[in-house]
Amino acid sequence: MDARRNWPDLPDANGRFGAYGGRFVAETLMPLVLDLERAYRDAQADPAFAAQMSDFLRDYVGRPSPLYFAERLTEHFTKIAEAEGLGGAAKIYFKRDELNHTGAHKINNCLGQILLALRMGKTRIIAETGAGQHGVATATVCARFGLPCTVFMGATDIERQKPNVFRMKLLGAEVRPVTSGAATLKDAMNEALRDWVTNVDNTFYIIGTAAGPHPYPELVRDFQSVIGREARAQILEKEGRLPDAVMACIGGGSNAIGLFHPFIADESVRLIGVEAGGRGIDERFEHSAAINGGRPGVLHGNRTYLLQTEDGQILEGHSISAGLDYPGVGPEHAYLNDIGRAQYLSATDDEALAAFQLCARLEGILPALEPSHALARVGDVAKELGPGGLIIMNLCGRGDKDVFTVADSLGVTL
Amino acid sequence: MSVRLSARFAALKRENRAGLIAYVMADDPDPDSALEIVRALPAAGADIIELGFPFTDPMADGPSIQRAGQRSLKAGGSLNSTLALLTAFRQTDHDTPVILMGYANPIEQMGYEAFAANLSGAGGDGAIVVDLPPEEDGPLRAAFARHGLPIIRLATPTTNETRLTTVLAQASGFVYYVSVTGVTGAKAVGAEAARAAVSLLKARTDLPVAVGFGVRDAASAASIAQVADAVVVGSAFVDEIARLVDDGRAHEAPRAVAAKVRELSEAVRAARQMERA
Repeated sequence: MDARRNWPDLPDANGRFGAYGGRFVAETLMPLVLDLERAYRDAQADPAFAAQMSDFLRDYVGRPSPLYFAERLTEHFTKIAEAEGLGGAAKIYFKRDELNHTGAHKINNCLGQILLALRMGKTRIIAETGAGQHGVATATVCARFGLPCTVFMGATDIERQKPNVFRMKLLGAEVRPVTSGAATLKDAMNEALRDWVTNVDNTFYIIGTAAGPHPYPELVRDFQSVIGREARAQILEKEGRLPDAVMACIGGGSNAIGLFHPFIADESVRLIGVEAGGRGIDERFEHSAAINGGRPGVLHGNRTYLLQTEDGQILEGHSISAGLDYPGVGPEHAYLNDIGRAQYLSATDDEALAAFQLCARLEGILPALEPSHALARVGDVAKELGPGGLIIMNLCGRGDKDVFTVADSLGVTL
Repeated sequence: MSVRLSARFAALKRENRAGLIAYVMADDPDPDSALEIVRALPAAGADIIELGFPFTDPMADGPSIQRAGQRSLKAGGSLNSTLALLTAFRQTDHDTPVILMGYANPIEQMGYEAFAANLSGAGGDGAIVVDLPPEEDGPLRAAFARHGLPIIRLATPTTNETRLTTVLAQASGFVYYVSVTGVTGAKAVGAEAARAAVSLLKARTDLPVAVGFGVRDAASAASIAQVADAVVVGSAFVDEIARLVDDGRAHEAPRAVAAKVRELSEAVRAARQMERA
């Protein structure tokens, strides 16, 4: 049936995906990232590591997550298509990663990284967080494996995300407010890097997205690829064929690369990422669409698309979804964009809000605002593919954390 | 490599003393004051000037230099304006080497070849780019080579034997030993450990060795000056600017920085005489 072509095994030895990726870190950190790469190669070759991962993914995270046929949403888009004189719409499946322990895909990666940290004999974990989802997932695995955890979080975000701050504290983590810069996610990442450069002997840095210096983009992708591997097997079982498109939202892009990667060699499968268009992609930069509205540059250890000024200063960006509010994107997405293997669309704050409400009413699922961005473009793709088409969208997080934001946007006081 | 830089290190060797490398941020607190500050550095005893160019996300810098960068950006600072400051400085000073220091992205946006040409044209003598380790500095190194400019490589307490071979392989100008694991200005340098590291480095390279990142006061500067070819001080000067800006007395910054440079310079100059005495 579908031919699989041999795609180059990336990143290369220098951590490059084409022109992107790399190891743009201070010399103090170079021996550490080289050590991490050696430890990761060692773990990859060790069947015990894979067995340990798979046990915890099953019994602690709750995998495999279901592949769910979103029947009512499919009907909804079919009716719209018919009303527009089109033949119909494609079938829509959700990969239910919001059903994981802690309510999002983030735990897949945190589990892999903490097992790696333990193999390396590290005794302290640090992480950065924006909305608090990665912070909560990191604090969770730290509690489970008994390692002290410090989470860096922008002071502005701490104010906006109080429930997650309290969750992290309940899990025993120290949440350290970051006041430098604009006091949001990128500043939290700067501060985590400063901590790492200071505590080089005992500390492991669990990066939350498929970005940062090599080997982070690779290992985060690998740990998240469980999403795509499961989805591929599940759709073959349910439909007897591969999907026509797989779709996911893109902030740093870890859930998307986890879904995309096992499909890269399946050239009949379109890979579609959806960036946060915020209040519109224009020169005001009130969005977080690094690929659609940014240019290549170097930040946080890798070369990738970034929101930046003409002279290379990094911009803050904006999204209604705190989890997409990052001025960069993982380097593998930058590469997949440039070679045309993946396509990157965007959805605005308002479109994501509308999709959030649609999904709640038609499917009885409150999606997080992050995958609501992907959902906002799913209808377009479903109509384009027409009846007989198949789409898998990664529902990478649940929306409970977003009820306050959504209420606020709808003018409702809770 | 830069004639000014090699001449300055040769002169320091003849005088049997270490040099003081003074770091300040371009356009901090504003372009005019910064030019005045930089112009006053040589007379106050700075042997080499390290001129920071601002970046929004300085991941290797402590609070002092982070805030200096923010003041600079607020005043309109950029890599271009840093080169303009250097050009203005060169109109009155032809001998003091000036090394630019900062992060890769502003250089990426200007383009490596354009940066090398502009830096050379402005009278610069090299650059330290914090987030371009040897694995990533190839394109800039090639562009610099075409203009006779050195890239200053960094060695750190985490640099082991194998790593040192990589670091020294294409090093030029001088080697910058980052004396602490941490960000600029945060921890105090352990003078004994730094001296030991300098001896190890000097056994492996003929390039001059400068020590920086944790040097804040006259005593530690003097201790390191006994063994290193140069001592880098930054946060202590930048803090003077911050203090006066906070007090609403920014106009006094040039004189205050010069006074601090003089204090550190005297300690560095006296270091080896003390040792002999």
